[in-house]
Amino acid sequence: MKIAVSANSGNPEAPFSARFGRCRCFMVADPDLEDWQEVENPALDAQGGAGTQVVQHLANLGVEAVVSGRYGPNAFEALQAAGIGAYLADSGSPRQLIADCQAGRLTTASGPTGRGFHGGQGKGWGGRSRGGRGQGRQGQGDQW
Amino acid sequence: MVIAVASGKGGTGKTTIAVSLAQFLIEQADLPVLISDADVEAPNAHLFVKPQFSEEKEVNLFVPQVDQDLCSACGTCVDVCQFNAILLLQDKPKVFPSLCHGCGSCTRQCPEGAIEEIPRVIGRLDRGLSPGELHLRQGTLNEGEPLAVPVIAALKKWQYDLAPGVEIVDSPPGASCPVVEAVRGADFVLLVTEPTPFGLHDLKQALQVTRELGLQAGVIINRVGLGQEDIRGFCQDNGVPILIEIPLERKIGEGLARGQGLLEIDPGYRAKFAALWEQIQAAGMGVAS
Repeated sequence: MKIAVSANSGNPEAPFSARFGRCRCFMVADPDLEDWQEVENPALDAQGGAGTQVVQHLANLGVEAVVSGRYGPNAFEALQAAGIGAYLADSGSPRQLIADCQAGRLTTASGPTGRGFHGGQGKGWGGRSRGGRGQGRQGQGDQW
Repeated sequence: MVIAVASGKGGTGKTTIAVSLAQFLIEQADLPVLISDADVEAPNAHLFVKPQFSEEKEVNLFVPQVDQDLCSACGTCVDVCQFNAILLLQDKPKVFPSLCHGCGSCTRQCPEGAIEEIPRVIGRLDRGLSPGELHLRQGTLNEGEPLAVPVIAALKKWQYDLAPGVEIVDSPPGASCPVVEAVRGADFVLLVTEPTPFGLHDLKQALQVTRELGLQAGVIINRVGLGQEDIRGFCQDNGVPILIEIPLERKIGEGLARGQGLLEIDPGYRAKFAALWEQIQAAGMGVAS
């Protein structure tokens, strides 16, 4: 089973990224094969719909489970439609988190955990964004 | 004639100018005037104009709906969507209406003709006439909706039978798509600013927008005395006329807080608006008409 962890770098020992749609990259591995793959986030600079774009990309790669800190409403809905398991973590490295995931030590997200950045489904960062620009919250670390 | 009022920075006095100019044109030039309040995230010209709204209309965005029986799961719609609003997951298309900009690309490109467009309400339009014979129409973007442009476009397209007169478009602040949509097609753009670092910075952006669009523009400096920024020098360097300067005065602030226009607050503004109107008309002569 292919598992993807949101990450800041291609190092499987470095801390993961709690952001899903706007993480720098994903570390994708099949735990049985120890075959690590660094997948660039295609939506890093997307104006909107980063979460959905990421899900499409991961689904195309055959990923069956993801580990991240939280999921926006659109990303969560897309993951469900894709049949991809959405697991939650607070901290850890991709290597450790994939082991945790495989061992059943992580909880699955039962609903969107982020507030969503676009489209007014969540409680709305995007609501009054002038001109519909993405509110990527870049440069604020992983707090958002 | 269409005159747009824009600013860059918010809160510089766009609506004050739009309403005061409208009152001047009705009273002094005896022209029918329509204000189009295109600040759809916070349309508030009606608070000054106090119209009796008599007509309303919904603004829809047309979003795709896929017929699963016709869909061949080819993924063309996913590839053409610039907004990641349609995905193909487990060989089934999935639409995210809140991300859709209603461009229609997926519908047109679908080789199976499996997509039809269904309306999604994102805002509304209202219009009516004030006791002072001022026509007002406004767009309102629904709470939480990210797309202002379709509402502004619908507002400007809403047929209004006004005898030859003047339309004043009250633009949203900023210098991005909603502003472009609001000022596009105007015969003249009034850029309202204030002599603060913020006012000057955003005036530069707003002026750039009018230049890109090939529109004639003039500047109104509001709250003169508030800051030290050299708006006059900037205008001179860039060949933009300054049409009115409004000093920072307590009586103006108090009058605006009561919902009055500049002409009611200080009759001296009649002469200033008369001069402004002459300059706009003269500028209009310069363009091919």
